Amino acid sequence: MTWINAVVQGVLIGGLYAMFAAGLSLIFGVMRLVNIGHGDLIVAASYLAWAVVHATGLHPLTSLVIVAPLAAAFGYALQLGVLNHTLGKGILPPLLVTFGLSVILQNGMLLIFTADTRKLDAGALETGSFALSPGVDIGYLPLLMFATALVVIAALQFLFYSTSLGREFRAVSDDREVAALMGIDDRRVYASAMALSLAVVAVAGVFLAIRSNFDPFMGPGRLIFGFEAVIIGGLGNLWGTLAGGVILGVAQGVGAEINPGWQVLAGHIAFFLVLAVRPRGLFPRIS
Amino acid sequence: MGKHYISRRAFVKSAGASLAAPALLSSRARAAGGAFKIGLVAPFTGPLAAFGEAQDWILAGVKDAIAKTGNNGKPVKIEFIIKDSQSNPNRAAEVAGELINKDQVNLLLTKDTPDTTNPVSDQAELAGIPCISTNCPWQPWFFGRKGDPAKGFDWTYHFFWGLEDIIGSYVGIWDQSGVQKVVGGLFPNDADGNAWGDPKLGLPGPLAAAGYKLIDPGRYQPLNNDFTAQIAAFKKAGVEIVTGVMIPPDFATFWSQAAQQGFKPKVVTVGKALLFPTTLDSFGERGDGLTTEVWWAPSYPYKSSLTGVSAADLCSSYEKASGKTWTATLGFSHAILEVAVDVVKRAKNLNDPKSILDAIAATDLQTIVGPIKWTGKPVKNVCKTPLAGGQWTRKNGKFDLVIVADPLSPQIPIGGKLKLLG
Repeated sequence: MTWINAVVQGVLIGGLYAMFAAGLSLIFGVMRLVNIGHGDLIVAASYLAWAVVHATGLHPLTSLVIVAPLAAAFGYALQLGVLNHTLGKGILPPLLVTFGLSVILQNGMLLIFTADTRKLDAGALETGSFALSPGVDIGYLPLLMFATALVVIAALQFLFYSTSLGREFRAVSDDREVAALMGIDDRRVYASAMALSLAVVAVAGVFLAIRSNFDPFMGPGRLIFGFEAVIIGGLGNLWGTLAGGVILGVAQGVGAEINPGWQVLAGHIAFFLVLAVRPRGLFPRIS
Repeated sequence: MGKHYISRRAFVKSAGASLAAPALLSSRARAAGGAFKIGLVAPFTGPLAAFGEAQDWILAGVKDAIAKTGNNGKPVKIEFIIKDSQSNPNRAAEVAGELINKDQVNLLLTKDTPDTTNPVSDQAELAGIPCISTNCPWQPWFFGRKGDPAKGFDWTYHFFWGLEDIIGSYVGIWDQSGVQKVVGGLFPNDADGNAWGDPKLGLPGPLAAAGYKLIDPGRYQPLNNDFTAQIAAFKKAGVEIVTGVMIPPDFATFWSQAAQQGFKPKVVTVGKALLFPTTLDSFGERGDGLTTEVWWAPSYPYKSSLTGVSAADLCSSYEKASGKTWTATLGFSHAILEVAVDVVKRAKNLNDPKSILDAIAATDLQTIVGPIKWTGKPVKNVCKTPLAGGQWTRKNGKFDLVIVADPLSPQIPIGGKLKLLG
């Protein structure tokens, strides 16, 4: 039963990883930009949510009504003002600029919020659970996180393949020049994609803040599993990212059951195996 | 177009002289200076910033007392040069080197975790500059720098407690709990986790000797997302006491998952994660009753040798000034300045590093964290300060650390009885 429990909890953790990774996957899919500052943006969203909750007294999840649009607006401005200038000049400039963004965010948050660790209090939701079967308890919060990951990815998928904005996303992703010739303003499309990515980041940030303590420096640690989930699932494929997160979560859960020292290693091994057998991930959309 | 050749011999001579010049310059400058320069390296930014946070406030509070300091009857001007380690050991070593070579400090101070104290102490030892450090358990400071208990170090002195005090205090807490003597250990794969979990030098030996059975599932990676395996192992073994040395996010993850998965230990005594009241605030009700070691607290029966302020008064004036709850690092931030000023008062010749070192070794001072005197125990260069065991209790939404066990330092007053977790 402990093994079943390890797998079930691993699947739920996979939802968390997928949420960390969805924004990353989206950005990479649309503009081939690897956002090193993604983890720090998640933590920044956590702080924003913390500030909103403390100013208004809203429930952390309700605070998303304010936090998500603010984050999206910031993403739009960030892309238009900074990141657009780095695109089309090779792989290095966006990497360096987002790395710089990561350092600025970390120290900016330290300056404003100090090094004290914080957490958002979601009350009974945090600790409540129900028993699926004896020995397998499912917490409401992990379940809600997994469900939210599903909804977020389904919504992004719908937006990508069934709306005109999504058509523009796909057009600039396939061929920037031709899309521009067709009258698509690629700079604004990129900005919309970043805004969308940061709205997802806001959701991830709020869940991160409810789940555990956060401080200004924990962003990069969150990034690695997000990256691995994206790569395992295949670049540019959102459902693939969810699958990647779940594979990672289950591998880690099973590894930890053998020995906690194997937990992270098992995840990396799963990642390595996928890379070795299918270098482009399990379900690649982008060649 | 005649070329000017330098003969090899002349080149070697002048090169040798220019290489030697900085050394000559430095000793001259150090001797001639009017002010006595004290360099302090601590983390003010980065993940360890919480440790260094109050240092400026502490320094401002003792400014007047320091201005009045004399050396053998003559007035001395003391100048502090504060450097930020940025929570990075390489940066700590770099700024220590700057303080030694560029600022020509007469005395180095450093505090807060091995990541800061060790590189700075190493630089001081190398350069032959006296150095005092604190806020780092003595084993990582001493053995982490490859210290030999038979010989010790020449230039570096340290005051704090050690792992043996932690174990003693924890067992003191557990002995009064009356629960099953089965302890679950959560040790991360980092310097602290490996030291605590080490079968020879860590918790396992002394716990077995005290009659406790330790369930140690193995080392996890810090910033872990999932403690399901550990919780399952603890449930299976009937664990009623949980211990470990964790960072706050890991403890928070564990503590939520424990509730979700129906694991309800009676006593949870964790090091590191439960140090700062702000962390407890973030747990809300679920922080009530957690236990940890107490480095220093308002109830410690000591007062400052510099200003005469008591531990309780220092904490309350900090709370008033900052609007935050007191932290255990306050006492050490203050005490290290006390020791430094005391050394300045007593040194025979302030321009001679050796003389300053002799003054450090001869220290016998009642500070706000307790008596500081390097007696050679547990090793040369290390002086231990008293440690106790405490329980966080929540009253009207505010957390207070109540001392519940003091088996190794009976001079610390007990504030209450241990309550089991509900």
